[in-house]
Amino acid sequence: MSASAGAPAAAAGLRLETALSLLTQAGWPIPTDVQPGSDAWLQAVVDGLCELSSRDALTGLNNRRQFEAAIGREVDRVARVGEPALLLLADIDHFKRVNDTHGHAAGDIVIRSVADCLQDCVRPMDLVARVGGEEFAIILPNCPPAFGQAVAERIRQKVSLKSVAIVGGQELKVTVSIGGAFAPPWVRSSASLWSERADQQLYRAKSEGRNRTCLDMPPLTVVSAEEKGLLFAGLTQSDPIESSGNEDLVPKTPQ
Amino acid sequence: MMEPMTAPDQAPSTSTRIARTVAITSGKGGVGKTFVSANLAAALTRQGLKVLVLDADLGLANLDVVLNLYPKITLHDVFTGKAELEEAILPAPGGFSVLLAGSGLVEYSRLTPEVRDQLTNIFESVKPRFDVILIDTGAGISDVVLYAVSMAHEVIVVATPEPTSMTDAYATIKVLSAQQGREQLHLVVNQVSRSGDGRAICNQLQQVVERFVQGPNGVSPRLTFLGDIPLDSSVREAVQKRQLLLELHPGSAAAQGVVQVATRLLART
Repeated sequence: MSASAGAPAAAAGLRLETALSLLTQAGWPIPTDVQPGSDAWLQAVVDGLCELSSRDALTGLNNRRQFEAAIGREVDRVARVGEPALLLLADIDHFKRVNDTHGHAAGDIVIRSVADCLQDCVRPMDLVARVGGEEFAIILPNCPPAFGQAVAERIRQKVSLKSVAIVGGQELKVTVSIGGAFAPPWVRSSASLWSERADQQLYRAKSEGRNRTCLDMPPLTVVSAEEKGLLFAGLTQSDPIESSGNEDLVPKTPQ
Repeated sequence: MMEPMTAPDQAPSTSTRIARTVAITSGKGGVGKTFVSANLAAALTRQGLKVLVLDADLGLANLDVVLNLYPKITLHDVFTGKAELEEAILPAPGGFSVLLAGSGLVEYSRLTPEVRDQLTNIFESVKPRFDVILIDTGAGISDVVLYAVSMAHEVIVVATPEPTSMTDAYATIKVLSAQQGREQLHLVVNQVSRSGDGRAICNQLQQVVERFVQGPNGVSPRLTFLGDIPLDSSVREAVQKRQLLLELHPGSAAAQGVVQVATRLLART
């Protein structure tokens, strides 16, 4: 127990050895500029533990627990706000072969490399998580359906172009299959229904030959720029009308 | 294709009453659709009509929040056979009745044949008991929303002057024309800064509809303007206090707007 004399009474009886060694092992800085055992010090320890419990140890990405909390919040948000949100599931192709041929250490390097790649491909607001052995999930809030395929393709290409240096000076090329689905706007859905639809697309990408992207696109009706132009012509708006590209896409029910 | 099954009948308190059925929808969420439904129901009730609001916003119901009701029994219980329909029809403040969907109906966010049949059965069995049934649908144009709209004889589209709301209202009109052959739709414009703005927006929508939208019979739907509801601080107060605006501030500009919508709706048969 590192609480010294003068520490708050609340900290005095706590057993923090395990917590502190976990943080040290994970490289989480334990503040040295505050009094050990003080409220500020305890807060830093708690913050460190929270951070640790939401991260994947191998890649530093969000872990499955964090992903599940985030997808639950996102599906509720989309239901009320109606903003399109995309869930991508990416799975490394033939990962077992990497492990079998080059060993588990090489497998770990590949997983880390793909993780970095995914993180580099998305916006800061997007959430990238490692949800299984060689499976990753990305939640992209406010992602218009028109851009979904481009985002998924960019990720797939980036991974396929990257060489992964493993031990012994060898370089490996790996690919990912990506499946994606949009959360239904204005509709109460559930995280599991959303994941299930993305997972079906991942399965499709795998069965159609891997190293490809398959998205479950929401049916669209297009309100063209011409229609929009006419819609707002002559109306004096207090707030400016944003023009975001050629056309606006709004959801439509299947025929 | 929408097939009107019964002629609207406005005669109150007759044994052969068959409700006039009006779906309230919006395209975009957050435009005050449920606020309009609840207060319009109150305004119609004051005109001596027996009114039911059917909350068809399956799963995202907030009519209960707006009306400050804590129902023990909802449509969910009727669907699952745990309660009788009669038990789920509740008296609401304002003198009308409500049939609430209840929250957490995740499984009903997809329109399965079972949900469809259940909704239809419930709807048919309440029709003879009311003069007007307002169906408060969810936002968007999901299949549940479109089905709920299809049950109604008439449709009110609620929009605000905000560009995204107008675009979504327009898209809704387009879809209702294409899929249900709707040739007439009512428009209510909520949250206008000046009275009269709503009429201009309706004219604008009508112009674009005439140019770009043609239903299955080659007919462009006609929009009937039911009125606009001004931006009014009393609305926020009523929503925060979870009371009907018509009860809390009946003299407010927004309440007068709702009353006018009711009057214009009843003037059209």
